[in-house]
Amino acid sequence: MSSLLFVQILNGLQLGVLLFLIAAGLTLVFGVMDLINLAHGVQYMLGAYLAVTFYGLTGSFLASLVLALVATLAFALALELLVFRQLYARDHLDHVMATFGIILFVDQGVKLVWGAAPLSLPVPELFSGSVTLMGGLLYPVWRLVIIGSGLAVAVGLYVLVGHTRVGMLVRAGATNAPLVSALGVNINRLFMLVFGFGAMLAGFAGVMIAPILSVEPGMGDAILILAFVVIVIGGIGSIRGAFVAALMIGLVDTLGRSFAVDVLRLFMGPSPARTVGPALASMLIYVLMAIVLTLRPAGLFPAAGR
Amino acid sequence: MKRIGFLVTVALAALALTPAQAQDKLKIGIITTLTGPPAVLGGQLRNGFQLAVKDLGGKLGGREAEITVADDELKPDVAVSKVKGLVERDKVDFVVGPIFSNILQSIMKPVADADTILISPNAGTSNFAGKECNPNLFVTSYQNDQVHEVLGKYAQDSGIKKVFLMAPNYQAGKDSLNGFKHYFKGEVLDEVYVPLGQLDYQAELTRIAAAQPDAIFVFLPGGMGVNFVKQFRQAGLADKVKFLSAFTVDESTLPAQQDAALGFFGGANWAPNLDNPQNQAFVAAYEKEYNAVPATYAFQAYDAAQLIDSAVKAVNGNLSDKNALRAALKKADFKSLRGKFTFNNNHYPIQDFYLVKVAKRPDGKFQTEIAEKVFTDYADPHAKDCPMK
Repeated sequence: MSSLLFVQILNGLQLGVLLFLIAAGLTLVFGVMDLINLAHGVQYMLGAYLAVTFYGLTGSFLASLVLALVATLAFALALELLVFRQLYARDHLDHVMATFGIILFVDQGVKLVWGAAPLSLPVPELFSGSVTLMGGLLYPVWRLVIIGSGLAVAVGLYVLVGHTRVGMLVRAGATNAPLVSALGVNINRLFMLVFGFGAMLAGFAGVMIAPILSVEPGMGDAILILAFVVIVIGGIGSIRGAFVAALMIGLVDTLGRSFAVDVLRLFMGPSPARTVGPALASMLIYVLMAIVLTLRPAGLFPAAGR
Repeated sequence: MKRIGFLVTVALAALALTPAQAQDKLKIGIITTLTGPPAVLGGQLRNGFQLAVKDLGGKLGGREAEITVADDELKPDVAVSKVKGLVERDKVDFVVGPIFSNILQSIMKPVADADTILISPNAGTSNFAGKECNPNLFVTSYQNDQVHEVLGKYAQDSGIKKVFLMAPNYQAGKDSLNGFKHYFKGEVLDEVYVPLGQLDYQAELTRIAAAQPDAIFVFLPGGMGVNFVKQFRQAGLADKVKFLSAFTVDESTLPAQQDAALGFFGGANWAPNLDNPQNQAFVAAYEKEYNAVPATYAFQAYDAAQLIDSAVKAVNGNLSDKNALRAALKKADFKSLRGKFTFNNNHYPIQDFYLVKVAKRPDGKFQTEIAEKVFTDYADPHAKDCPMK
């Protein structure tokens, strides 16, 4: 039982790390630029699709990872230039409308280019297979790689945002963008940088998850909802908040799905427990969000000045 | 003006020269799903039917066939309005479809009200097999429960002791696991219901690994199955636990699952390698025409076209006597691609069922192949509740 719990905690961490990669970009864009970007999930999907294509061309996972990241960055910068730049001064409803339009547009575009049938990307040879953990339970190596790379990105972001000049500007921008601009910083360039970087992180998450999930149109839309839950719980604009909240959501969701039925069996018969358990498990993260927002309306780690 | 007069004369002359045109065309309306991810299945239905019509020289029962294809968008209300258009506006002689059971539930009444014949080449719900059986409905696939029962029967007979079951948390998922348990009397270690559309199964896979079953039985249609099969293989469980499934590994999902699904089991009334001459010709023709391996959806639609052909021929193209037409359909006087095939009193098939196994062909494509026969001349248990004789 304890080894099962341990592996499920590992599973929760893996989901949390993945959510963090997506939510980090989202919270930066929302926090620094005050822009609601529903199309953030599109970058995640594009990352996965581009990796499949580049893998087909190069036959190397590493090469396709790098190429896909460069391509998602280029796509994000193009989007920023063509669409988002026109939106900064407008209100949130316009953001929602425009970025929802981008979702429809890109999902359909992906269907035209790659077709509607799901695609797949093989696990890199070096990391295929699984390791035996305590209790004889097997764990896929690739999922450990995801956890490791996600934690590495988190550390990198911590240093970048907390201890560099660019990071300082980003934090200042999140607190009071007009003042930063008045102090002579090219705010447009800063925004473009933040937007491109956030999109690239989402693309990275897409590439990393592609060997596990089927790559299909609309794959970014479901995970975007979870990413929004993460940034709301964590506090909008806060990387630290996004990290903590993502791990919380990952753990609550995974442990809920694994043990809800077993816990309920203590109170009721096996048959009703089997019916109530899954329903309760899928509600848990939203219950968590409601509780957090009741106690701390601005999220766990609200960015200063908000 | 002179020129138009000339054209009219030519047209009239052409009409007079082709007496075969005098008889009206036979109108068929196909209702299938062509939107979203399940469009792969709906497309197979349409392709299978059209291929049969092509093989029969563009004619069904000696009459030229005119086919109208409608997309139900997997929405019951859309399906009803499209089907009403087919029977009331287009006045089709037969409606062929749909893929999904909930669509069948919604279109049965409008089709039957117009006294049109409905041929279902896939969906086969229990209510229309039992008490609510309908003289105008003919099913060329199976009764839904039977596919799940194949795996339960196989697990029981092959001495599997402990199983782990998983299905989506909705009615068809519960029916599936009950169908499996109908024949399987061993120990069920756990039954897990996951949200419909779940993509990551790592938490469930960990439970499966901890439970250490002899076999798992899953019902995870479409994209769910694609993800689960890949992750099951990655978790290293494929060598330890036998993979039994329904609607999870077939020719519609194999292009995405590929090697990950190799050696996994499903249940079916047919497989592309079923050994009879008409089937081998069908598979070859389908692959040439559509560049894909046919799944059960395609073959059942092909049989639906053959069924219509045989019945229209038997009544000499005269469809006004519906009782004679229904009697002719009930005879099922055609060479089914699955070999032996008869209709029960409820107009559902009596047929053999097989355990099928995923294999890689020499040309690199994947298909299911027959592993062993599980049921012979198997009729569904609901037929006894049907008042039709």
